[in-house]
Amino acid sequence: MTGTTSAPSVTISGIRASYGRIEVLHGVDLAIPSGSVFALLGPNGAGKSTLLKVMSGRLVPTAGVVDVDGFVVGKTPAEKLVKRGICAIPEGRGIFPNLTVRENLRLWTYGGKASMAEVEEKAYTTFPRLKERRKQLAGLMSGGEQQMLAISRALVTDPKLLLLDELSMGLAPLVVAELYESVKELARNGMTVLMVEQFVTTALALADHAAIMVHGRVANQGTPQEMADAALTAYLA
Amino acid sequence: MSNFLQYTIFGVMLGAGYAIAATGLVVTYTTAGVFNFAQGAIGMVAAFLYWELTIQCHVGVVLSLFILLVGGSIVSGLVVEGALMRRLHGATAERPVMVTLGVMVILTGLAAIIWSPTTQRTVNNMVSGQFSLAGINIQYQEVLIIGVALVVAAGLRFLFVSTRPGYALRAVVDDPELLALAGVSPNRMSQYGWVLGSMMAGLSGILLAPTQTTGLNIEAMTLLVVSGYAAAIVGRLRSIPVTFIAAIAIGLAQNYISNYVLPHLSQSLGTDLTYALPMIFLFLALVTLPSVRLRASGRLSAVRTPRVATRNESLVGGLVFFGICIVFALVYNGTIYNGTTLLNLGGLVLVLGIVGLSIVLVTGYSGQVSLCQFSFMGIGAFVMGKVAGGGSVAGLILSGVVCALIGALVALPTIRLSGLYLALATFAFADAVVTGYFNDGSVYGGGGLNIGRIVLPGLSFGGDAAEFLLVAAFFVASAWFVLAVRRSRFGRRLVAVSDSPAAYATVGLNIGITKVTVFAVGAAMAGVAGALYGTVQQTVGTSDFDLFPGIIFVLFVVIWSVRTASGAFLAALTYVVLNQLWPSGLGIFAGIGVILIGRAASGILGLEVFRINWPWLHTSGSADLADGAEEDVYVPSTTGDVRVPG
Repeated sequence: MTGTTSAPSVTISGIRASYGRIEVLHGVDLAIPSGSVFALLGPNGAGKSTLLKVMSGRLVPTAGVVDVDGFVVGKTPAEKLVKRGICAIPEGRGIFPNLTVRENLRLWTYGGKASMAEVEEKAYTTFPRLKERRKQLAGLMSGGEQQMLAISRALVTDPKLLLLDELSMGLAPLVVAELYESVKELARNGMTVLMVEQFVTTALALADHAAIMVHGRVANQGTPQEMADAALTAYLA
Repeated sequence: MSNFLQYTIFGVMLGAGYAIAATGLVVTYTTAGVFNFAQGAIGMVAAFLYWELTIQCHVGVVLSLFILLVGGSIVSGLVVEGALMRRLHGATAERPVMVTLGVMVILTGLAAIIWSPTTQRTVNNMVSGQFSLAGINIQYQEVLIIGVALVVAAGLRFLFVSTRPGYALRAVVDDPELLALAGVSPNRMSQYGWVLGSMMAGLSGILLAPTQTTGLNIEAMTLLVVSGYAAAIVGRLRSIPVTFIAAIAIGLAQNYISNYVLPHLSQSLGTDLTYALPMIFLFLALVTLPSVRLRASGRLSAVRTPRVATRNESLVGGLVFFGICIVFALVYNGTIYNGTTLLNLGGLVLVLGIVGLSIVLVTGYSGQVSLCQFSFMGIGAFVMGKVAGGGSVAGLILSGVVCALIGALVALPTIRLSGLYLALATFAFADAVVTGYFNDGSVYGGGGLNIGRIVLPGLSFGGDAAEFLLVAAFFVASAWFVLAVRRSRFGRRLVAVSDSPAAYATVGLNIGITKVTVFAVGAAMAGVAGALYGTVQQTVGTSDFDLFPGIIFVLFVVIWSVRTASGAFLAALTYVVLNQLWPSGLGIFAGIGVILIGRAASGILGLEVFRINWPWLHTSGSADLADGAEEDVYVPSTTGDVRVPG
């Protein structure tokens, strides 16, 4: 993890966003160094997922700029951002429940150059369990397996920036550990990762940098060690 | 033996035609999550246009097919998707049903204006000639239809299970936002889906057109696809191979039954059964379906609904309304408009208003779509006139009871299933009742069925004013009843069962009983309204309770507001007034209206401008829940990060 000193991969400045008339983000500034794992923490309703929505093109901000490697996200629709190397895995399970595992995997590289066989092979190597389940409807698998399938999208599409929203939601700690092992592997290969997480210790153990959001603003940011104490206050506030 | 072979081949051909229509339904459901009630109407328009091109303009068959199936499908698919369906994102579940029905009545309405029914239009077979096999004659056209059905089914199956575009087409229904995150434009995929669905609809219409040997008929062509419904249901609206096999089986069964069973029955029963067969197959298919799993939705949406009037408000509102009716009766007694007395027309408005109230109860409160309220009206009128001898209070009660029982029977096969299936069952029921029963000359008789005015001891409703006020009293009482139901414990159950069946079941309440009860009560109301309709008109005829007018009326209720008594009244008023001014434009108005109202759950009366408390206008009161101008308020899922203040 050597990303601490390199130039920022993602610069977020003055982002404001609202749902209807309710403003949720009141001016968020963040800089995410290239190749780092950045943990975004904060209590429910802080605006973490909304920030990820803005970054992945699912919500147009009312003000501010998200810059990813020199590309301003702005109003670009989500499907175009994918071609810019941004891969977002939304909260819940980022899979299509009525498609089989194999069909999900093949769909991840729609329009890409990789053959369907290559894509499957890559995912099965990291998660052998998916190979056993390949003909099963994705919606019928366990929560952990579904999340493996979801994260496979980052494996097979090889993005520059990975946005992970609560990977651990509703999963057993052992499964969470296995999933984050694969995230670590992705980061080691140079991918920039921004993860929203409620498991503070898990997140801080993995991250190079962390920030805490409260009430739609960044309340604190720094190293994982610095954030450990700050997180406690944020959640109790 | 050769007869058997002949029937078999014709049955397979018929089934192949159904198969194309049914796979079209599966395609739209798979790629858009919508059961396209307009499928048959699109096929009908394609068949008429095909007639225009090949017969009128002498364009070659191949070029005509290209123009209609490629050009026409792209235009109609893009229009339906872009202008109608995309705007429904986040709407209540019944809304796509209403919008596709709206497209259906627009198309049938326009077709009736463009292609006058007085001209006979027959379409030639695409390929002429026949050959002989094992002593029976087989037409090349029959072989063509079977071949096309096979190729289409196999091609679509390959597309959906073996290609990336096929996966993307299926995925867009599951989660359009996630599809975008995977790099595929969900809007583009929906467009492709609708274009493909339109193509299937057009193909089935054009291929089946030559089988209409007596000439193309707008209603018959539109309803031809109903026979495909059962097949699509057996395929669970998802599996193309199962749908294909089911369609062939239905074609065979239909042909065997019509040739081996029906000739042994009396002629009138035989004809009735022929028309009822598609519905019988559909009901059988529904019974075989496994129950849906109750899924708790990840994201519950709250729909801003008009506030329910309190007991005092509805009492005052009802009395004021009745007062207005008395004034109307006094002022306009004897006035003639367009050959009928104004009070007679007013009586029709109030009778339809009662039917509208039954729709408020069934669809507005409990979220179930019924497309056969007019059929219950017809049955009610029949019971009143034929069974009870007309003009009696006992007849009114009996018509309600009979309709409640029939209503329960219609709803029973579908209570285990999702709401769409009830809409389908009621559609098929209405179609079967009209074509198979009401149209039977012996039911209402050639000159219509006489139903006298009600006579009570010491009271006669022979005069128009007295009759008008009697119906007004029934309307006000029905409005009080519906609103009282909504305020009651049962009313809260209705809203709960439509909001979240899963939560409803976990509280320990029985979904089935609640659904069937409310449907039966709605049917009874419509039945009583039908009996009253008979007393207003004094005679009812076969065409009074048709399928299409029934659907158009439902759409008007949705347009005004499916959740308020005033919505029911205004829908009835609009319907009767438009029917006087421009009857052939009814469907077009209703269709365009329901498209414009889009996802606004509470119709025109739910719009901001009406959110003022005017008890004298809204017998149900109106809403002023919050200060937002938006129609729908979304409550994010429990894990969401949004805080909604307050």
